[in-house]
Amino acid sequence: MFGSINHTSSVTNSLFSRQFLHPPLQDHAGIKPFFGGRRSHTATSFSNDVDQLPTEAPLQQELNFPGGKVKFMPKRIFTSGSNEERTNCYRVLNENGELIVDSDSLKISKELGVKMYKDMVTLQVMDTIFYEAQRQGRVSFYLTTIGEEAINIASAAALDNNDFVFPQYREPGVLLWRGFTLQEFANQLFGNKYDYGKGRQMPIHYGSKKHNYVTVSSTVATQIPQAVGAAYSMKMQKQDSCTITYFGDGGSSTGDFHAGLNFSAVMEVPVIFFCRNNGWAISTPISDQFRSDGIVVRGKAYGVPSIRVDGNDALAIYSAVYEARKMAIEKQTPVLIEALTYRAGHHSTSDDSTKYRPVDEIEWWRDDQNPVKWFKTWIENKGWWSDQAESEQRSSVRKQLSQAIQAAERVEKPPVADMFNDVYDVPPKNLNEQEVILRENIKKHAQEYPSNVAV
Amino acid sequence: MASIFQGFGAATSLSSSASFDTKKLQFSSLRSLSGKRASCVVVRSGGVKMDSDSNRIGGRGDQLVTNAVATKVDNPAASTASKPGHELLLFEALREGLEEEMERDARVCVMGEDVGHYGGSYKVTKGLAPKYGDLRVLDTPIAENSFTGMGIGAAMMGLRPIIEGMNMGFLLLAFNQISNNCGMLHYTSGGQFKIPVVIRGPGGVGRQLGAEHSQRLESYFQSIPGIQMVACSTPYNAKGLMKAAIRSDNPVILFEHVLLYNLKERIPDEEYVLNLEEAEMVRPGEHVTILTYSRMRYHVMQAAKTLVNKGYDPEVIDIRSLKPFDLYTIGNSIKKTHRVLIVEECMRTGGIGASLTAAITENFHDYLDAPIMCLSSQDVPTPYAGTLEEWTVVQPPQIVAAVEQLCR
Repeated sequence: MFGSINHTSSVTNSLFSRQFLHPPLQDHAGIKPFFGGRRSHTATSFSNDVDQLPTEAPLQQELNFPGGKVKFMPKRIFTSGSNEERTNCYRVLNENGELIVDSDSLKISKELGVKMYKDMVTLQVMDTIFYEAQRQGRVSFYLTTIGEEAINIASAAALDNNDFVFPQYREPGVLLWRGFTLQEFANQLFGNKYDYGKGRQMPIHYGSKKHNYVTVSSTVATQIPQAVGAAYSMKMQKQDSCTITYFGDGGSSTGDFHAGLNFSAVMEVPVIFFCRNNGWAISTPISDQFRSDGIVVRGKAYGVPSIRVDGNDALAIYSAVYEARKMAIEKQTPVLIEALTYRAGHHSTSDDSTKYRPVDEIEWWRDDQNPVKWFKTWIENKGWWSDQAESEQRSSVRKQLSQAIQAAERVEKPPVADMFNDVYDVPPKNLNEQEVILRENIKKHAQEYPSNVAV
Repeated sequence: MASIFQGFGAATSLSSSASFDTKKLQFSSLRSLSGKRASCVVVRSGGVKMDSDSNRIGGRGDQLVTNAVATKVDNPAASTASKPGHELLLFEALREGLEEEMERDARVCVMGEDVGHYGGSYKVTKGLAPKYGDLRVLDTPIAENSFTGMGIGAAMMGLRPIIEGMNMGFLLLAFNQISNNCGMLHYTSGGQFKIPVVIRGPGGVGRQLGAEHSQRLESYFQSIPGIQMVACSTPYNAKGLMKAAIRSDNPVILFEHVLLYNLKERIPDEEYVLNLEEAEMVRPGEHVTILTYSRMRYHVMQAAKTLVNKGYDPEVIDIRSLKPFDLYTIGNSIKKTHRVLIVEECMRTGGIGASLTAAITENFHDYLDAPIMCLSSQDVPTPYAGTLEEWTVVQPPQIVAAVEQLCR
């Protein structure tokens, strides 16, 4: 490369042998040689006598290029940019909440089904009420998961609590499933001293180590390679778990998505890439985001097994994630799941999506294709749920939420010291100095600083 | 010259240079050179000694350094009277430190381009993949942002990755992950997730590697909260800093220099770990504090020889810790000498020298007898042509001239 290293490449130009341009440098036991695990060898058939091509010399049908054997074809055939038919979508419940005949949906117990539904309802109610709280000015920002409740809860239900979650930001349901309480959600939104993030992040940037849910980072798709790295760590430490990372259709356009998928396939690590293709990246519809058949087809490009599921069908998501997890851990492979759905709410409280999409479209998806309603039909048909249970659940959650909000609002904000610790493991001298300066300022001009912050 | 020397002991401010006649010094402003640009930018312009033989600032052509290391390092810290120690090159010292830590802690792993089978572009990881397996010494595809992100994710899960940038300049691609996640996640998660990564690689101006491969990333990274930065310059401190960086729970960026990898030194046999936040006293002195790091340390020491011959007694400190600065060691030196010269390879604007100047001015202004001088590279991309490249790097004659200027 630069300076001190010389490497020679032995390129033999003769027709008789096809060596790699770079012969594998060192062949150590247990270490894969350079390219794709395949060794070079000469082409399958050719004549030794190059001066005189025999009239009936067998033609070279295929060649072992770097990367493997490839067959030749004499015609210029370009593969089309898209298939005739789009990739099929896995769905097990029909619109009437009945299991489709000969679907291979996994059976779930009443306990699991009811918990799933209850959490979907909780998520729905939580979104509505917190959104309202933002509109009332009590919370500065919020982002709903409306339309994606099934994705959140069903995928979480299919995982184990030891599986590490690397969220984008529209997956609070995963935390909810794992036991994050409404009070804990509220504390983060208000950034009070009980917030695990110590008031340092915007609302909805939840994070909880005890729930194996990494703190949300605003940057899009940076969590994808991190999930791959975490999966690599699990592989190295031989843990019986996987990582899962969520991102949207917009996130799939980033460089990190590309490299994350690529790396995961090369390293053969147990990571589930869950793409919530909800049709919109703020105001960018997917027709402006990519021209491929969604994200599922990209898995093949990287060598990652993939599946497309109906994002509004909780059972399909559950089954798919369950299977993906098994595959990822047993075979140590990444898996890509694309869930097709619709972002029925606005991107966030800073957005008014009626500005760029028709209101009736939003309403159709929100009401008719509502994943919560759909799953409800199924569990009602099974006799596991009733209208009374429904109204009880909703009113109970509403009450808990208003209590949580009131409580969170009253709690003090984190103290000034929390501004300076955790930047490093131990605050360095310059930060200590800066803290002293700030405290002096606060003392001198107390009226300029908020009163509900402990100094 | 004797008068200059005597002037020192007594003088406490620049104004007492009544014994100096400015006419004695060949004085020319930087602009009046025959079309050639100054080879470095000096905070106080003028007063630079011009040799009449050549048009170049700083003296005769043969005084320009052609090797990175022209002299053997006078490094008292490394000498071990007790044990004989062993000799090795700087890249081997890095490797030794890395290997010892990998042996000691199974969670330490390495990832980067060509670190595994190839042994690393600068041989720092040579032999590690056969010994520890190609999962622990991982070859990555070319996507710096992503394998840095991977390292961060792995660190959050309990591993201690060392992320190698083949050249520091390539880490510009990883800036998103380094700034937004590496530096921030411990803080934004409320201390729940820690990121004990080490990001290392060669940087600095090499031998005609072109502008893109001659970057000084310490300039760009120094603002990121949450990270630490150190620069090694000798085999002794390279090994010690590597070990310290790996053991630290904070994300640490370890800056190596492309031209220093083949430095040879005798280092102790016994295990040692250096302090990440400490500067290194290279040469104690009385007249002026010269602060430097990485390759410039050797240019400074080369200049120091000349200065000593001329009767000066410079105190040379290799600051080593670029973030945070070791203001304790630096401050004590300034309180003794009252004059500061910073010699760096960074560009004039926004470099380590600029920050160090600000930090010293804020903290030690009352102890200064002269404004701080900072010798840096110009604000230009590093040219490929050898002669032009040399002129962008601060050379010993300029350092000598600057000290003379400072000590007037």
